[in-house]
Amino acid sequence: MKVALFIPCYVDQFYPNVGINTLQLLEKLGVEVAYPTQQTCCGQPMANSGCEQDSKEVYHHFVDTFADYDYVVTPSGSCTYHVRKHYDIIEQTPAVQKVRKGVYELVDFLENILKVEEIPIDFPYKVGLHLSCHGQRGLRQANASEITGDKGGQILTLLKKLKGIEITQLERNDECCGFGGSFCITEEAVSARMGQDRIADHVRHGTKVLTGGDMSCLMHLEGIVKRQQVQIKVMHIVEILNGSQP
Amino acid sequence: MNHPALAEKFAKDFNRTTWHDETLWFVRQKRDRAIYPIPEFQELRTLASQIKDHTLSNLDNYLLQFEENARKNGVKVHWAADGEEHNRIVLDIIRNAPHIKGRTGPIKMVKSKSMLTEECHLNPFLQKNGVEVVDTDLGERIVQFRNEPPSHIVMPAIHLKKEDVGETFHEHLGTPKGEKDPQALTEAARQHLRQKFVEADIALTGVNFAVAETGSFVVCTNEGNADLGVNLANVHIACMGMEKLIPKVEHLSVFIRLLARSATGQPVTTYTSHFTKPAEGKEMHIVIVDNGRTQQLGRSDFRNSLKCIRCGACMNTCPVYRRSGGHSYDFTVPGPIGAILSPNIDLHKYSTLPFASTLCGSCSDVCPVKIDIHVQLYKWRQVVSKENELPAVKKWGMKGLAKMLAMPKVYNLGGKVARSALRILPHGMTHAKGMNPWAKARELPDAPKQSFKEWYSQNKKP
Repeated sequence: MKVALFIPCYVDQFYPNVGINTLQLLEKLGVEVAYPTQQTCCGQPMANSGCEQDSKEVYHHFVDTFADYDYVVTPSGSCTYHVRKHYDIIEQTPAVQKVRKGVYELVDFLENILKVEEIPIDFPYKVGLHLSCHGQRGLRQANASEITGDKGGQILTLLKKLKGIEITQLERNDECCGFGGSFCITEEAVSARMGQDRIADHVRHGTKVLTGGDMSCLMHLEGIVKRQQVQIKVMHIVEILNGSQP
Repeated sequence: MNHPALAEKFAKDFNRTTWHDETLWFVRQKRDRAIYPIPEFQELRTLASQIKDHTLSNLDNYLLQFEENARKNGVKVHWAADGEEHNRIVLDIIRNAPHIKGRTGPIKMVKSKSMLTEECHLNPFLQKNGVEVVDTDLGERIVQFRNEPPSHIVMPAIHLKKEDVGETFHEHLGTPKGEKDPQALTEAARQHLRQKFVEADIALTGVNFAVAETGSFVVCTNEGNADLGVNLANVHIACMGMEKLIPKVEHLSVFIRLLARSATGQPVTTYTSHFTKPAEGKEMHIVIVDNGRTQQLGRSDFRNSLKCIRCGACMNTCPVYRRSGGHSYDFTVPGPIGAILSPNIDLHKYSTLPFASTLCGSCSDVCPVKIDIHVQLYKWRQVVSKENELPAVKKWGMKGLAKMLAMPKVYNLGGKVARSALRILPHGMTHAKGMNPWAKARELPDAPKQSFKEWYSQNKKP
């Protein structure tokens, strides 16, 4: 099993610690992980802005970078969703098909490929889980409240294995945070308001650590937490799973 | 129109935005409570989607079948290519009605809710031509008094509080100033509308479903206003978009179960009225309208937007709609579904609407007929870009970004420079609200000295 690590562009630049934790966690679990250093981005920022034609060369670069690997693991549901869903506009060569199939969001990879059962970690905090829409509704990693009242999902399953953890019961379990890529700039007013409302829900229900599978949502939410000086620590799920404490 | 600007204006009133968001979320939750206990609900959605897909693929045949059967029932069927023709046809029907022809004095029409007539701007057209038009759906009547368009397709006045309605009724119906008791206000509207129903020459209704095999149609209301209007007036005009068709009566059982649950969380609307033929001595007309629908049917990426049954669930669930209000879309049908219907009508005017979404996908999951709304939003964005309707800054910015991200060395350097700048420049500059929209309500992330890649090269590379 040849596994490559993909660290999304904004994680690479702003959250190197999330990348380091991902690498360490996978190695801890006995996976030999390669990190091809020519990697950049999945191309989503341009494509979501309407410029997927411009993104094609980024798509090709991504495929060229990762074509040799069976799995491309990344701590982002959003980038995974983009590669799987939207790389349909380039020619579907065997390499493209292989990469689209092999790209995995980290938690999905832990649960469904590595079959991780135990996580021997104490995490005695009240943890609020923010579901990223691309992970939840895009990759179906968690149930959607539009379809069922059952709030189950992959990240929640892992979190529940941590010792001492308490999960925040939110009023709105799966409302979007309002990041939305360039939406957070072009629709600043609504974007900010959506984020503020998510944070308020967490504050009302006692979240001390806010986590999730996508650093983009968390970057936006952390921006609000810091501006409002709310006492919540924001951590990517991989930081928790790799043993970091708040 | 510019959605971000209108949305910003709406969201400026923090408390009112909270109230608007919570009001619509309440409806969304009501919908959840209505659908969770039904084990076959997802199966119903699939069935509904398949029936509509099938109908759209055979629309030409079903339309002709419907016309033939309706005519056999004694209904007059009219075809309108666009809104203007629709309005002319309606006016002709009115003027040629036996009890009106040659008569002087005002002509009075009562209307139950029809988003199609909003789309065609029928009211101002008829009023200009001497017809008094009264919207009899309570919410519609309220916005009609206020000279506003509806802000929601199922709850037209959902942007108004009871105090606002009290003020409007004080002005138009003479209720006491400051009256805000919902029951008193509703009673005032009731008395006012009774008079209008009794006086009406013509009743106009929309159509929720038209059944090809019988030539009949169904109108769903909660207030019974369609029935009251139709049964009192001599002429009934029903206006329908050509996508309202379903092949058979038995298919209604699927759609009726989905419609009210998705719309308001009711198991069924209070009235589900079936109309087949005119009563003795009366007239019944159906106007079938295209107005851009054929064009949408021809767009393979967007044709299935015509499956829409106008339940409004995508509006109630949309976190953007709830915080920007229906008027921020400036289109007859607001919200996510409006954002994929409007570019078909005028891509230039509505070029910001496909971007009024985070692509969270809640709309697609809530849609009772499984329209892939968020996928179509994404695809419309590509069309907006291709047709050169993107703002120049975005267009060239994205081209530059794409070039950079295709060249690892340029990307590495660019990232390093940006991070250094963020670390060196004073907070007041990096977070200047006029320059950096991000910083209006949010802090930027701390810029680390090392990227992951730099860390890896130093610590891990063999």
